[in-house]
Amino acid sequence: MHQALVPTIIHGPSLRQRLAARGFDSVTLLVLPAAIFSLCLFVYPFAFGLVLSFEPKSGGWLANYERFFADSFLYETIAKTLWLAVPVTLLNLVLAVPVAFRVRLMRHQRLLTTILVLPITLGTVLVAEGLLNYLGPQGWLNRTLMTFGLISQPLKLVHNYWGVFASLVITGFPFTFLLTLSYVTGIDPALEQAAATLGASASQRFRHIYLPLLMPGFAITFCLSFVQAFSVFPSAVLLGAPAGPTRVISIAAYQAAFEEYDYSMASAIAMIMGFVQLAIVVGVLASRGLFYRGPASGAKG
Amino acid sequence: MTIALSQFDEVRLDHVSRDFGALNALRDINLTIRRREFIALLGPSGCGKSTTLNCIAGLLPVTGGAIWLDKSRVDTLRPEERGFGMVFQNYALFPHLNVRQNIGFGLKMRGTPKAEMERKVDEALRLVRLQGQENKLPGQLSGGQQQRVAIARAIVIEPPLVLMDEPLSNLDAKLRLEMRAEIRRIHNELGATTIYVTHDQDEALSLADRIVVLRDGVIRQVGTPKELYEAPAHLDVADFMGFRNKLKGRVLSHENGRAVIDVEGAKVSGIAREKLAVGAPAFAAIRPDDLVAGEPGPNALAVTVDTIEYRGREFVGTARSAGGLDFVFRSHLAVEPGAAIHLRAGDERILVFAEPA
Repeated sequence: MHQALVPTIIHGPSLRQRLAARGFDSVTLLVLPAAIFSLCLFVYPFAFGLVLSFEPKSGGWLANYERFFADSFLYETIAKTLWLAVPVTLLNLVLAVPVAFRVRLMRHQRLLTTILVLPITLGTVLVAEGLLNYLGPQGWLNRTLMTFGLISQPLKLVHNYWGVFASLVITGFPFTFLLTLSYVTGIDPALEQAAATLGASASQRFRHIYLPLLMPGFAITFCLSFVQAFSVFPSAVLLGAPAGPTRVISIAAYQAAFEEYDYSMASAIAMIMGFVQLAIVVGVLASRGLFYRGPASGAKG
Repeated sequence: MTIALSQFDEVRLDHVSRDFGALNALRDINLTIRRREFIALLGPSGCGKSTTLNCIAGLLPVTGGAIWLDKSRVDTLRPEERGFGMVFQNYALFPHLNVRQNIGFGLKMRGTPKAEMERKVDEALRLVRLQGQENKLPGQLSGGQQQRVAIARAIVIEPPLVLMDEPLSNLDAKLRLEMRAEIRRIHNELGATTIYVTHDQDEALSLADRIVVLRDGVIRQVGTPKELYEAPAHLDVADFMGFRNKLKGRVLSHENGRAVIDVEGAKVSGIAREKLAVGAPAFAAIRPDDLVAGEPGPNALAVTVDTIEYRGREFVGTARSAGGLDFVFRSHLAVEPGAAIHLRAGDERILVFAEPA
């Protein structure tokens, strides 16, 4: 009889509680605008382009890709772009590391950082225009070198590979530097001091302590800087030889779209460009697995 | 035992100073540390004790004076050339290296042959009782285990001097006591000459052969724990040694090492520890243990009890006098907050100091 008076709870936690336990609650809704944004502006155009690339003007559904890889004028753009983007990114990284190590110890860090970041705000076109004047046959650099008798003929530094190279280094360096600086300052200075008291010289400290701890950060920095350099377009046209050694892949896509009016082909080239980037980025990020990736401070603290 | 000691007689700090711009972090430090000695540098934060340690380690250059290891000058050497072992406050273990690699790091940098290195690391692991943990990364260890790795890493290179910078401050109270005993045991077993920085007088008293009390970059007193505990030379040293009651008064008389001062109209007499001028301000310093609730009389002051805390064996109370002096005392009897009582201490338990400059 009296058993009926005892309320029996047979239902478990509510749906809301179960969702919250898995990390879904009303706060999760805040992700929605970003999700819609990326859906409309990234996922949809990407899918649209992918489908478009399989609908060529003539031929089978793979005709665009077949044409790209059959025509040396087209497929060589991959190698040309890589030949610019990879050395530029590596050079920027190699330059950024010593500068970051020095800036880490400075007191007026903000001023220097501002100066270094300036090229980002100028934009690639302005830098390209400036370099045309500065590095051109009648530019300051050549005139100065000739005045001092160091060269007899002006150096050819624009409208070729090196013009684009210089422009990419200038616009890419600040970005690479800022990322590198954040990784370098993220390492507890006590680790270096500890290594020093244990007898490690400066080069040993760099090799055994900093380098292994920085490798994952360098990998990320490389990827982000590489992707920027790989999509080079304005400086390749303005400072390079867009029909020759700096005919990069984005120029090929541009020509397909706006000179041949073949959007399908242009989409195919854009897809190929995307997959080349993706392959490099995945390859580099996967190599991070070879290194330690935990926190770079000494202890729980 | 495979971890041997470097042979030397003494480390000498000779008029060492260190300035940061206009700030004199260390002023004219003279100190001789003998082989096998355990020295504690004790002082409040900002007193220069860590600066001293960093100067000895070579992490900070000295701006004046010299540091000698027997006959050779070391303050001009880079830290990697000094070969002193250092234990950092946050341990500074290399997060990407496992326990064995962390401990072996210093030997590897010295190019020690592999077999010898393995033997020494094994010995260090045994010494700090970390066998079986060799292949873990520092992030997988508890605070106490990380501490042990840091100690092993510093001693395995057989340094003439081991420097420890508040090594226990990141541990909880129970573990701190445990590791304190461990450090003592390792020191007994190995006899490594050690300089140990701490702000905890209990640590300094229990570990050190000699204690150096620093304040504002100046050595205030050097002595054995017993000397410092029983006969602090200055008021700030007394403060560190547990004299928590510091009663300000005026000197009435000072003769034959005894002084009588006037504290809020009451006569308090005790042992004079410094030169005192009659009529000048002075302080009577008393430990809470020596202050007992009692009858009015000599050395007794009328106070009102503020708080009473139960501490198991006894009660710890705070009280305040009519003139606004604060007292900390111990009592075996529960006294009610708000009660008016008299606190008194014996003549022999009161030290009288001049007002600090």
